[in-house]
Amino acid sequence: MSIVRRVGSVFLVFACLASPAFAGIKVGLVLDRGGKDDKSFNTSAYLGVQQCKSKLGAEFKHVESPDDTSYETLIRSFAQKDYDLIIAVGFAQAEAVKKIAPQFPNKRFALVDSVVELPNVRSLMFEEHEGSFLVGAMAAMSSKSGKVGFIGGMDIPLIRRFEKGYEAGVKSVNPKATVVSNYVGVTGEAWNNPPKAKELAISQYQAGADVVFGAAGASGMGIFDAAEEKGKLVIGCDSNQNWIKPGKVLTSMVKRVDAAVYDTCEAVAKGQFQGGLKRFGLGNQGVDYALDTNNDKLVSGEMRKKLEALKKSIVTGKIQVPDFYKMKGKNG
Amino acid sequence: MNAAETGAWALLIQLAASTLRVSTPLVLAALGGLASERSGVINIALEGMMLVGALAAAIVTHSTASPWLGVGAGMAAGALLALLYGLCVIRLRSDQIVAGTAINLLAAGIAPFVCKVLYGATGQTPSIGIENRFQSGPTWMAFALVLAVAAWLRWTPSGLWVRFAGEHPEALSTAGIRVNRVRWAGVVLSGVLSGLGGAALSIQLSSAFSRNMTAGRGFMALAALIFGKWRPVPTALACLLFGFADAIQIRLQGVVLWGSEPVPVQFIQILPYVVTVLVLAGLVGQARAPRALGQFFDRG
Repeated sequence: MSIVRRVGSVFLVFACLASPAFAGIKVGLVLDRGGKDDKSFNTSAYLGVQQCKSKLGAEFKHVESPDDTSYETLIRSFAQKDYDLIIAVGFAQAEAVKKIAPQFPNKRFALVDSVVELPNVRSLMFEEHEGSFLVGAMAAMSSKSGKVGFIGGMDIPLIRRFEKGYEAGVKSVNPKATVVSNYVGVTGEAWNNPPKAKELAISQYQAGADVVFGAAGASGMGIFDAAEEKGKLVIGCDSNQNWIKPGKVLTSMVKRVDAAVYDTCEAVAKGQFQGGLKRFGLGNQGVDYALDTNNDKLVSGEMRKKLEALKKSIVTGKIQVPDFYKMKGKNG
Repeated sequence: MNAAETGAWALLIQLAASTLRVSTPLVLAALGGLASERSGVINIALEGMMLVGALAAAIVTHSTASPWLGVGAGMAAGALLALLYGLCVIRLRSDQIVAGTAINLLAAGIAPFVCKVLYGATGQTPSIGIENRFQSGPTWMAFALVLAVAAWLRWTPSGLWVRFAGEHPEALSTAGIRVNRVRWAGVVLSGVLSGLGGAALSIQLSSAFSRNMTAGRGFMALAALIFGKWRPVPTALACLLFGFADAIQIRLQGVVLWGSEPVPVQFIQILPYVVTVLVLAGLVGQARAPRALGQFFDRG
């Protein structure tokens, strides 16, 4: 026993001494409940880190949390090892990062979708409302019934932000259009319940909506199924999801978590990491609508022209997209 | 949009269809629970059996392009887990609540592992095309099975054995029937039916397996079983009630009932649970479990 332990500790010392010498930076990625293959938000973060591996030679490891109570343990275990950068994906991890980051002042942390004001934490925030505005405008341009839908995952301010931006986009094109909004749930389960999301989508299509925008993580697959069965249109979210049901996906509101994550890794690799808030909006391609061969036929040249014009107005500030975070502030 | 689409009738029909769909996995799992509990074995492992059923159905349907094979695989996987459960609680006489919880945890762990091995994806299977999914098959099966199970329990000798295994195992044993064999059959049947319920979830109500997709449906089925006083038709009606609460909840979200603000989502979404609590707290009257439920039987 003691020999085993001694040999083990010798190895451990070797490992600690040796790794910085011949490897690039080490990145620990803590994904939230959706998991690496949610084809959406987490997938995007995962792709970003993978890009760091191929381009920067970074070493990385990812873990997924089975529930909302494990984030702290997972983040801490990365921090205790020789990881240079720990990336926490999802608003639910904010409290854990806030608690652990001060305990490891020499480690660097990045948090996606929430803000923690500490010198060694970089908060990566996206202007979801701007991207949602554009896909809302697209929905209204494509809708024949004048009724469009929105399905959120968990009812939280972040998803309300999608909803309000989307609604504003719809109304900017067709002030008379109606937007039906539903939420899958009010707990973390809501990100992982495709059958429920499908029922919601079916009810919206049956109520006359012909385009539905889903911001529901892994539950979103249910919305795609409903669109396929009812022969209606759907708008994807976070990752480019146009490929999932080609011809049925009008577009995807892409949130370039991958780019933000890559950018952060690069900063660490070059030794230029700084804490603080980083915003990714339409202006710096942090959010956008997705165009590719899968939805080429669904988006006419005229639509594209209008969308580019809208985009320009948002970037220059001519159009102010309502931001739920600020609306909340106003209401106290 | 024409008037017919939004008329009250159309709404009712949509609501009914939605209720039937949503309650399908519940009905199947509740019937499974019934088979096990009427024979005297508590089964809180329904959730886990559904989960492996959903997983196996999604994998086999995806690889063979046949939903029927998928359903078969779902039932087989449920049965396999039920065998393990039977081994623990009938043969090895472990505590039924503890063993049931362990089975649920095992299922929640196995599923992502299998996905990882097969597809390199944690907790997800590739999605199944619309042509290989069921549109309504399992729903019809579920309601046909309710009648079949009711008839079986009531009119066949083996149905009688099951009832006696749960009520008066000694009497059954005196009549020369091996009680524990009957219980084995009840437990395995519960695995088969829950597995079918899981299959409905992954290849009818959605198009792939996703992590923890049962989302507590196994426990709702258990509540329905108690609400239905361990009888097939009332249990199925209880499942329909839960399904209806869910379906109406979906349609009430964001609707302005009074004033200018819609009812908050949180409030609407507690509806199914309020129904459960109300129903269990008093509306049903005395719910009596099978007398020998949870007790080991020793031939002694």
